[in-house]
Amino acid sequence: MLRFFAVRLLRALITIALVVTFAFIVLRVSGDPALEIMSVDAPPEAIAAFRKAWGLDAPLWIQYARYLLAILHGDLGQSMRDGREAVVVVAERIPATLELTVPALLFSLAVGIPAGVYAALQRNSRTDRAVMVAAIAGFTVPSFVFGLLLVLVFSIRLGWLPSGGIGGLGHCILPIVTLGVGGAAVLARFARGAMLEVLGQPYIRAGSARGLPWRRVIVSHALPNAAIPTLTIVGFMVGNLIAGAVLVENVFSWPGLGRLLVVSVVSRDLAVVQCILLLIAAVMIGANVTVDLLYGVLDPRIRTAPLCAGAGRC
Amino acid sequence: MSTRPFLELTDLCVSIGGISVLRGVNLMVARGEAVGIVGESGSGKSVTWLAALGLLGRKARVAGRVRLQGEDILHMPAPFLDRVRGARIAMIFQDPASSLNPVHKVGDQVSEVLRLHRGMDRRAARAEARRLFDAVGISDAGRRLDAYPHELSGGQNQRVMIAAALAGEPDLLVADEPTTALDVTIQAQILDLLREVRTETGMGLVIISHDLGIIAETCSRVAVMYAGRVVEEAPVDDLLERPIHPYTAALLAALPNVDGPRRRVTAIPGSVPDLVRLPPGCPFGPRCRRHTSACDAAEPALASVDAEHPGRRAACFHSSFAHARAPEHKEVVLA
Ligand SMILES: Nc1ncnc2c1ncn2[C@@H]1O[C@H](COP(=O)(O)OP(=O)(O)O)[C@@H](O)[C@H]1O
Ligand code: SF4
Ligand SMILES: [Mg+2]
Repeated sequence: MLRFFAVRLLRALITIALVVTFAFIVLRVSGDPALEIMSVDAPPEAIAAFRKAWGLDAPLWIQYARYLLAILHGDLGQSMRDGREAVVVVAERIPATLELTVPALLFSLAVGIPAGVYAALQRNSRTDRAVMVAAIAGFTVPSFVFGLLLVLVFSIRLGWLPSGGIGGLGHCILPIVTLGVGGAAVLARFARGAMLEVLGQPYIRAGSARGLPWRRVIVSHALPNAAIPTLTIVGFMVGNLIAGAVLVENVFSWPGLGRLLVVSVVSRDLAVVQCILLLIAAVMIGANVTVDLLYGVLDPRIRTAPLCAGAGRC
Repeated sequence: MSTRPFLELTDLCVSIGGISVLRGVNLMVARGEAVGIVGESGSGKSVTWLAALGLLGRKARVAGRVRLQGEDILHMPAPFLDRVRGARIAMIFQDPASSLNPVHKVGDQVSEVLRLHRGMDRRAARAEARRLFDAVGISDAGRRLDAYPHELSGGQNQRVMIAAALAGEPDLLVADEPTTALDVTIQAQILDLLREVRTETGMGLVIISHDLGIIAETCSRVAVMYAGRVVEEAPVDDLLERPIHPYTAALLAALPNVDGPRRRVTAIPGSVPDLVRLPPGCPFGPRCRRHTSACDAAEPALASVDAEHPGRRAACFHSSFAHARAPEHKEVVLA
């Protein structure tokens, strides 16, 4: 178990180092922060001064070395746009993003899993087909299109809900649904598949043969087994959720990390971008570790098996 | 057989996805009797018993009668069947490892039955599960209760399956190819165990197998199935001695010999008929050495062959003791 986590941690660190390096190179090579932030027609002296102040005049590899050194000292740098600590700039946006992503994830789980399980239990019925059509639609329609559609219907047409900005509960609903619907669709399809697979297993019939009522066969024998592959998808969904948040926050003018990320990339505000990327990496790694731990809880074959055997996640 | 049968299947027909899989199976099992069901793979042995217990699911159409102590249970509601399955008739399957739920401890899977059918509380159920584990020959029973199926061998898992089946104290145990997935030595142990359980509890037993040897060892009566019907029924010894139906004779000829020169196991010539396109008349016709044009006119019904032997029935136009002959080799290997 200890080795298991040592391996995980090492891999996580390597991933983070790669992400940070990649972002550094892309942002530095693709544009000049001085020009983006100062505006193109600023006097050349001012631009030079800006470059000097932020160390942009040094060769790229020196900048990179300085940057890494600073990170190792826990210093993620300052925002070039407003001079504050990047960490502070990022941190103040976290609550807004959590307000969207956590309910969206819960929405996906609460809608997708029951829908998929129900469809599997009613296989080939009208309900099953309806659920699958909805799931395919939810999966194929891009979230910003879906978001705009919702705005069109519920804000503009019906005038029930605001079309953007932050405020009361009303402001949350459309962005949360927009963000969660893709995940719900994926989960519905996956939970249905997992459930059908499990229902075809000999131990389900064997359970019935022992006289277990069907409800009990489902609840205590089918669902715990179907949960194992479904968990993999929940792990992947966290990544999609973050990507979705960037889009949805911009569609709904939601002042979260996603908006901040777009603004910071446009102005090549490296410190802030890096800070967000580190945060995303940490969240993804945290999600993966949680999923791995949950695997152990759900599946005794993994709990008692040697490292890397089983779910093939090594 | 003067006593009322414990279980009686009458004209059991099953079609799955529009294909007739069982075409009128007639069979009965007396209380405490051991009956073997033999036939090539795909002849409908498993489907017969799954249908009888209502385990086929919604895509199967089942017709006929399944009388349990006189009461037709075939289309009974689920709550009724839940009190039959496991409690009066238990069934175990070919692949013990996948017939146990991988995420639950084996002891809990046995306890579940005890709590359900015998109303035990947690502690009593665990104690009884432990006793059952001992009874079915699981060594170190106390510790094995907390093992998961993947931690046990195939033989141990089949013992767990048997323990779970015995937990409901059934009057009849249907064992569908209980040893097919196991090593030869383990096979013998499991068969010994089944025989032992029978002597101790007086439980009836149905063994489904494609191997006549296994059935000869364990059962007193045997039904031979071909293409979704029973084609011959007889006491095991009589059947081995003098098979009536040409298909049975062919099955016997395909058995390996104990003494005498070792010879290749001869498979029955021809192949299992396609249930969608059965030949006209007798389904065994194309593979039958005694086939005549009369055989293509209609399908022979399962009927008594000889008034003096009411236990012997066969479905063949040319069956009589005159035709019946001993198989080429007297001794039969008992797997
Ligand atoms: N779930 C099923 N769906 C479709 N066909 C099935 C199913 N189960 C059994 N069959 C068909 O029914 C026939 C009899 O099967 P079975 O009773 O399992 O044979 P066996 O004698 O080997 O136990 C076979 O032709 C098989 O293909
Ligand atoms: S009825 Fe005819 S074809 Fe069928 S088994 Fe008897 S002899 Fe053979
Ligand atoms: Mg079978």
